[in-house]
Amino acid sequence: MTAALAIFLVLAAIAVFGAINLIMQRHPIHSALSLVVVMVALAGLYLLLGAEFVAAVQIIVYGGAIMVLFIFVIMLLNAGEEERTNFSTLATFAGIPLALAVAGLIGAAIVRPSAHLATAASDTLPSSTKTLSMLLFSEFVYPFELTSFLILIAILGAIVLAQREH
Amino acid sequence: VKEFLTQYAFLIVPIIKVALLVFIVLTVDAYLTWLERKVIAHIQARWGPHRVGPHGLMQPLADGLKFIFKEDPMPAGVDKFGFFLAPFLTLMLALTSLAVIPFGPDIHLFGYTTNFGIADVNISLLVLFAITALGVYGVALAGWASNSKYSLLGGLRSSAQMISYELALTLSVVGVLLIAGDFSLKHIVEYQASPNRGLLTWNLFGFGVGDHLGFTQTIGFVCFFIAAIAETNRVPFDLPEAESELVAGFHTEYASMKFAMFFIGEYTSMISVSCLATILFFGGWLSPFPESWTFTHYIPSLILIPFGAWVIFDGIRYETIWGRIVLPGVGTALAVIGVALAVFPPVNDFVQGPFWFLSKVFIFLFVYIWMRGTLPRFRYDQLMAFGWKFLLPVSIFNVVLTSAVIFWRMR
Repeated sequence: MTAALAIFLVLAAIAVFGAINLIMQRHPIHSALSLVVVMVALAGLYLLLGAEFVAAVQIIVYGGAIMVLFIFVIMLLNAGEEERTNFSTLATFAGIPLALAVAGLIGAAIVRPSAHLATAASDTLPSSTKTLSMLLFSEFVYPFELTSFLILIAILGAIVLAQREH
Repeated sequence: VKEFLTQYAFLIVPIIKVALLVFIVLTVDAYLTWLERKVIAHIQARWGPHRVGPHGLMQPLADGLKFIFKEDPMPAGVDKFGFFLAPFLTLMLALTSLAVIPFGPDIHLFGYTTNFGIADVNISLLVLFAITALGVYGVALAGWASNSKYSLLGGLRSSAQMISYELALTLSVVGVLLIAGDFSLKHIVEYQASPNRGLLTWNLFGFGVGDHLGFTQTIGFVCFFIAAIAETNRVPFDLPEAESELVAGFHTEYASMKFAMFFIGEYTSMISVSCLATILFFGGWLSPFPESWTFTHYIPSLILIPFGAWVIFDGIRYETIWGRIVLPGVGTALAVIGVALAVFPPVNDFVQGPFWFLSKVFIFLFVYIWMRGTLPRFRYDQLMAFGWKFLLPVSIFNVVLTSAVIFWRMR
């Protein structure tokens, strides 16, 4: 077992544990913190793939900005512990079969030696910050700018909604 | 043994460096509290700590002992996990942020080359911002988990403040990044070097040489420093712990070692922010003088010898016997170090980088304390208005201006 594989397994275990913990925790803040753990573990996985810029941005944007906002809102609303309902009818009849089906599909795709799944070669990916930004501002400039407009519209929407109360 | 050492050098050297850095940083933190109390005392025409040891120099040790032996109460109704996690998170992130800071040029020792700092990452600036971004959790969590209205308000204020000023902090650095074209702090410092212009090529002034495009980042620096003070929750932006309205803000319910961890965390982030300001705008470990002025290499000796002599002179007249023994001893040691530096040029050359770096960092730390002694606190709405309506637009303006100048020069 190589060091990279060992690190991958540890980070993957942390990410999966965080994701399960996110659902199992009753308090919204604990759930949000679990999500932070998932984000940081994912950043570690990106780092393992040699995408250091994406890893740092993952922590800054998702781990830092977005999740802090989540926690801020939860704290501001002072949300208490959620009550646990036993399985609703929708969950028993639609949720569990669907979850099992998705898990089966993913499992089959991993287990079957398939030509559809190519191994990611980390040296061919645009890993360095410079190449990544070159691509972002040349080949993918329209999607990139469109995304920023989308975010801008979302911000404006939030302001409009907040202003309506006055 | 030698084979073993060379084979595992990649593992042994970082461990030694980490241990050394943690030890030094914690000691500096302790004496920073002493310096802060002394400086503020003198600003307010008082003496400050003066009982424990000569000039109160043993005060940090006494404080440390007190922190260890104090009772560590757990208030009713706290969220135990969060209550424990918050101080650890704060201290851990603050200490981690120092790992990517280069304190000097590369070290060549016994045929082994290593960087002066723990990790030499090519995205070190982004790593620092990532750590700063996570730093909010410590404060927010502490405020929420304490189950107290003062703590909660302090935590809320602090999260809002840190999110707001993080934007300005990040944007104010973009100008430097545009000039250097690199995220690596080491390269940013090396970019500011010039053999014969000294401090003029620092990003603060930005008179670039040759193909090194420079443009003054004074606006960027002012924005950076203001935002950095807000990020570290220091006066005049210390609203999260405004004692007159919130008791002690987010760490109201903390006592003993857990409180000490918040305290050490705050001082450590002060140090790392000062290091960052030094690296980005003040040329890091570079000397402010042109390289041809070799006589400036004796400045460390020129400072240490008179300072040592003054400590001896002050020591022999000290009130207590203990002080009359210790202070002259310390003064002699300082003077001897100064003489040794002047006598051994290789050692002196090695010391130059860290000497300038630490001097600049010390100036920033002093400014931090100075401001705490002089400035009143902002009101909360003023703080928010200042961050969003003034600091953010100005730093965006700096980005646009710098890009325009670089574009114009590259044509």
